[in-house]
Amino acid sequence: MKPLLDIRNLKKHFPVRGGFFRRVVGQLKAVDDVSFRIPRGQTFGLVGESGCGKSTLGRAILRLHEPTSGRVMLDGTDITALDRRELVAQRRNMQIIFQDPYASLSPRRTVMQTLLEPMEIHRIGTPDSRRRKVLELLDIVGMSSKILHRYPHEFSGGQRQRIGIARALTLDPKFIVADEAVSALDVSVQSQVLNLIARLQREMHLSFLFISHDLAVVQHISHQVGVMYLGKLVEIAPAIDLYRDPRHPYTRALLSAIPVPEPGRKSKRIILEGDVPSPLNPPSGCPFRTRCPEAMPVCAEQLPDLKAIHDGDDPHQVACHLY
Amino acid sequence: MTSPLLRVRDLVVEFSTERGLVRAIDGVSFDIMPGETLGLVGESGCGKSVTSLAILGLIPSPPGRIVSGSIQLQGRELTGLSEAEYRHIRGKEISMIFQEPMTAFNPVFSIATQMIDVLVRHQGMSRRQARNRAIEMLALVGIPAPEKRIDEYPHQMSGGMRQRVMIAMALSCNPKLLLADEPTTALDVTTQAQVLEQIVKLQEELGTSVVLVTHDLGVVAEACDRAVVMYAGRVAEEAPIRCLFEQPRHPYTEGLLKSIPRIREEKLPELPTIPGSVPDLLHLPPGCRFGDRCYKADEICHRREPRLELRSDIAVACHHPNTYAAPAPCPES
Repeated sequence: MKPLLDIRNLKKHFPVRGGFFRRVVGQLKAVDDVSFRIPRGQTFGLVGESGCGKSTLGRAILRLHEPTSGRVMLDGTDITALDRRELVAQRRNMQIIFQDPYASLSPRRTVMQTLLEPMEIHRIGTPDSRRRKVLELLDIVGMSSKILHRYPHEFSGGQRQRIGIARALTLDPKFIVADEAVSALDVSVQSQVLNLIARLQREMHLSFLFISHDLAVVQHISHQVGVMYLGKLVEIAPAIDLYRDPRHPYTRALLSAIPVPEPGRKSKRIILEGDVPSPLNPPSGCPFRTRCPEAMPVCAEQLPDLKAIHDGDDPHQVACHLY
Repeated sequence: MTSPLLRVRDLVVEFSTERGLVRAIDGVSFDIMPGETLGLVGESGCGKSVTSLAILGLIPSPPGRIVSGSIQLQGRELTGLSEAEYRHIRGKEISMIFQEPMTAFNPVFSIATQMIDVLVRHQGMSRRQARNRAIEMLALVGIPAPEKRIDEYPHQMSGGMRQRVMIAMALSCNPKLLLADEPTTALDVTTQAQVLEQIVKLQEELGTSVVLVTHDLGVVAEACDRAVVMYAGRVAEEAPIRCLFEQPRHPYTEGLLKSIPRIREEKLPELPTIPGSVPDLLHLPPGCRFGDRCYKADEICHRREPRLELRSDIAVACHHPNTYAAPAPCPES
């Protein structure tokens, strides 16, 4: 089956300026040659530490950041080749949910206005059908129609995030980027919103790119998971496999570092030395080699390719010279 | 029986806001024993940070005010001390580390200047001695080449490095109590692991008591001996760490533990949740504050607020606490 989203060799480099004349003195490779696919109706989880490029990747796919090179195929359409007008039309199919529900809703618009706006911009339906759609969406995200004329400041974080999700659904998208969508929420509310996202995806057959720094949340919500480090995907695997049998030394360290809510259980922790190198001056060869407990001479010379270590419909892929 | 290092009793703190008088914490009590690490956990608005600010004498006034209750450090009452008196306690007897290490430093002074000033002020050292002591402390928290890095400025360091310097600075005067408010929340997991390890190690070596304020139950399980779970300005439950995690008494603690996403062998179809959301402190429900969201709540819960009842070393504020047949797997206390 053809995937809904097919990303090939996507790059996003930001020019770095410096010196007296603000000349371009280097390239910050925020996303560097990333390829993966998301099947229809599935969630691809993207994990990595701050600065690894996961948010930039999410935005480059939607062309909120213009990609430097590479292709993004959404349901057979090459998003990277569209002109401005075509892109606006395609935006119906791809939406984003942001981290901060306090900042992503306009404080001056009522819930009704916020939810009507996308349909008005895209000239979808009649005023009547739009209102019906808004009511239907509120019901889907579990909110009462009584709140239609209220403003964002009257809601809690969890309720705001539900409104953000309803807004993303107004245009019946095929694909949604959720960028740290539950990270700002308290635990008891976070699990409610996660269940909502999982239900929507099953019932509406949506595809998600779920970006998060929280590995447990990502495991729960995702079918496949990709691990990013310094702008590159270092491992991709079905969610259960990745956590049961992590292969890349970085994935292993990352998983071992999560504090487990079970007192007395002393996990064997792989403590990584040092900090993430500056993306302005990445190491030669494998980007992880400066902190890798398994680093070999070849790692400094050659960049390892992302290759499948076992086949199947969902292959487990690793970019490491150990395999 | 050793006496507690810090004793908090029936503490009430109010803030006057545009919408009215908010009681941010309402009758909070707990003890901190010498050399122990106590977790103060809860969701946003539960009062955990206000509690730690009150201990530090840093409640902004106005709008805030300690209405009643007492905070005693080794028998000495801290509420009502003047700012000048508090200044002798903060940094020397009680130290703190904050969530965002960038904003806690002064960006225009080098690490050396900031660390040396503290030592000169509180320990009466010469600048030469203070510099040596500062370098020693930086080495202790695992800063590589401390004699060189001490002359750097905060912005030249990474987040994890800054937080370690913060810890070094907080511990440089040998405080009796270290208050750490979400010390690892702004950090990545791998850095968080380094910093937590550092806090636990130093705590063991120096015997400092630590209060760890956090929303992350994983962090509590990893680093604390005991924990106080707060909800909407009150203590819901207090227990040694293994009792709390293996035999939660309060339905809120139970719900919180169930709803944390954890790495599992098999995927759950749905995550367990706690229905509803945290109540607005200005419009608290009658009776138990957790009543609206509790699966056990009945008529009495909506009528009468439960008191915090102490049984051996477990305290719980609930009309229908969970009971367990097997004895709690508590360590010797």
